[in-house]
Amino acid sequence: MGKSLFEKIWERHVVKTIEGGPSVLYIDTHFIHEVTSPQAFNGLNKRGIKVFRPKQTVATADHNVPTLNQHLPIKEELSRKQVEALIKNCSEHGVELYGLGHPYQGIVHVIGPELGITQPGMTIVCGDSHTSTHGAFGAIAFGIGTSEVEMVLSTQCLLHSKPKLMRIIVEGELNKGVVSKDIVLYILSKISASGATGYAVEFAGSAIRSLSMEARMTICNMSIEMGGRCGLIAPDETTFNYIKGRKFAPQDFDKAVAEWKQLYSDADAVFDKEYHFDAADIQPMITYGTNPGMGIPVTGTIPTTETINETDKSGLNKSLAYMGLEQGAPIKGQKVDYVFIGSCTNSRIEDLRMVAAFVKGKQKASDVEVWIVPGSKQVEAQAKAEGIDKVFEEAGFVLRQPGCSACLGMNEDKIPAGKYCISTSNRNFEGRQGAGARTLLASPLTAAVAAITGKVGDVREWPL
Amino acid sequence: MAKAFTTISSRFVPLNIENVDTDQIIPARFLKATTRDGFGKNLFRDWRYENDDETKPKADFILNQPQYSGEILVAAKNFGCGSSREHAAWSIQDYGFNVVVSSFFADIFKNNALNNGVLPVTVSEPFLQNLFSLGNEATLTVNLEAQTITIDATGESESFEINAYKKTCMINGYDDIDYLLSIKEDIINYENSAP
Ligand code: SF4
Repeated sequence: MGKSLFEKIWERHVVKTIEGGPSVLYIDTHFIHEVTSPQAFNGLNKRGIKVFRPKQTVATADHNVPTLNQHLPIKEELSRKQVEALIKNCSEHGVELYGLGHPYQGIVHVIGPELGITQPGMTIVCGDSHTSTHGAFGAIAFGIGTSEVEMVLSTQCLLHSKPKLMRIIVEGELNKGVVSKDIVLYILSKISASGATGYAVEFAGSAIRSLSMEARMTICNMSIEMGGRCGLIAPDETTFNYIKGRKFAPQDFDKAVAEWKQLYSDADAVFDKEYHFDAADIQPMITYGTNPGMGIPVTGTIPTTETINETDKSGLNKSLAYMGLEQGAPIKGQKVDYVFIGSCTNSRIEDLRMVAAFVKGKQKASDVEVWIVPGSKQVEAQAKAEGIDKVFEEAGFVLRQPGCSACLGMNEDKIPAGKYCISTSNRNFEGRQGAGARTLLASPLTAAVAAITGKVGDVREWPL
Repeated sequence: MAKAFTTISSRFVPLNIENVDTDQIIPARFLKATTRDGFGKNLFRDWRYENDDETKPKADFILNQPQYSGEILVAAKNFGCGSSREHAAWSIQDYGFNVVVSSFFADIFKNNALNNGVLPVTVSEPFLQNLFSLGNEATLTVNLEAQTITIDATGESESFEINAYKKTCMINGYDDIDYLLSIKEDIINYENSAP
């Protein structure tokens, strides 16, 4: 029997398996950040031990950092303390830190790939659920809790049972105006926010293979929103070309590529569950509710108790009451107050280019606030080098500095209660972007339309 | 080192809401601590208080209804989805819950709970609905050794699954780090033999 991509990587990383229990899984690369690591370092200090393999750990500050005036001390005391704790812990334990002010600083899931640290065949973890992003390179990458951060810091290993395997195949050509965010919101709307719980999800098919690395990362990023343990895509020429020449790319690149080429699911690999979707059915998508599975085409209507799927039925009225939306109403034309383009889902250079190409020569709607938050210092520098910052400035947008920002509202970038925010991030949970904030998840293109018109619109009505 | 877990008999708090995500369990603004203590007072913060004001509890939220109490939280399906923040498990434990019952748990939450001595008990949907129909006086017994959950008044019972290794850890109050540290030789051997 053939093996799946996931199994090939998993089996190479099992140190041993406990009778009737989980496997000891070796972790190649561990990313850490300021919010979920301090208690783990405390644990090590209490045991009197040091980080076991500090060279395999990379740190950055992203979750609670301000996105304006990053050169100044952080005003908010608790955030400042967390960042200071990270600096201290990294220096005491010999861990490389790309902190505030460093040219490599940025959202952890943006900097790993762009530095070439993320590579095919690896096991990668981080105390953050969107670690699944790195799976776009054909790696097993997943989020962990702080106790597990402590395990990896102290032993470079984790105890995990092998998940079930799922494959999601998307075949065909994408429609005009449809981008990878729409693909993943579409899949979510079909299989629900818990549809992949307990599974490692491989994304495959011609529509997936046609995507750039940035676009693939957007899809794997949101595999956690389906409940998936991780998401992964077999590496190919697109992957190899992306990694080539990056700072931490393998020295003997050709040898590495020869090994990476073995990383694919064999034709007779067996999956516990498989879904097939047709790319032609996918339209620009937007969410109306309070979990990422509650999505519809921008031209669609909000479901009613009669038309909604079973999974979201009981929560529909609660969601709509929170969102201030009505059953059966069209979503197109819905007023928007804020536009947030950022987060580890859509803050890479390709996302900013996409938005810039659309808004060039246009003006933002007067009653909308537009925040563009690049995923990293490198993305920011690249945007400036390409003149993208000027395009945004002329349109009336604010280009801020890198961090998680309004994706989770841990810094001061919060959406006020009751306001609508069209966001390129990944979660529309109650209060995610600030207490009472109402989030509509969409692609950078759909967000750009809202920035110009102040409303939810269909990007296909514009010349592209 | 977590505390050893054997059997718990207690009343329970019914939280009949599906898809409770960890942003609801503990909103992001409370994640700025550098220790593990004191998260219980912010458990379900935005559902608990009007305008984030501790003097204005929302009367319709279950944690604010004193007739419901106990060490067991009973929640509707897909509990703990979303962010990987272990703070969710810490806040549940710090508040005083040692068991969470649901018909479906999100993966990372389940692991985080087990790593903190909070037992996630997965029951069938009919059994769960049965629990929601009980009054506030009802008590449940969760027996980890036997892997059963029982409604004390009627004796209705269901067995639940738990990984054998995790069960041993919980019963003895071991933690995974103790174990991993004890096999360091194996880990180093693996590193030396890996391709
Ligand atoms: S951008 Fe949002 S989802 Fe991504 S790591 Fe930061 S907080 Fe998490």
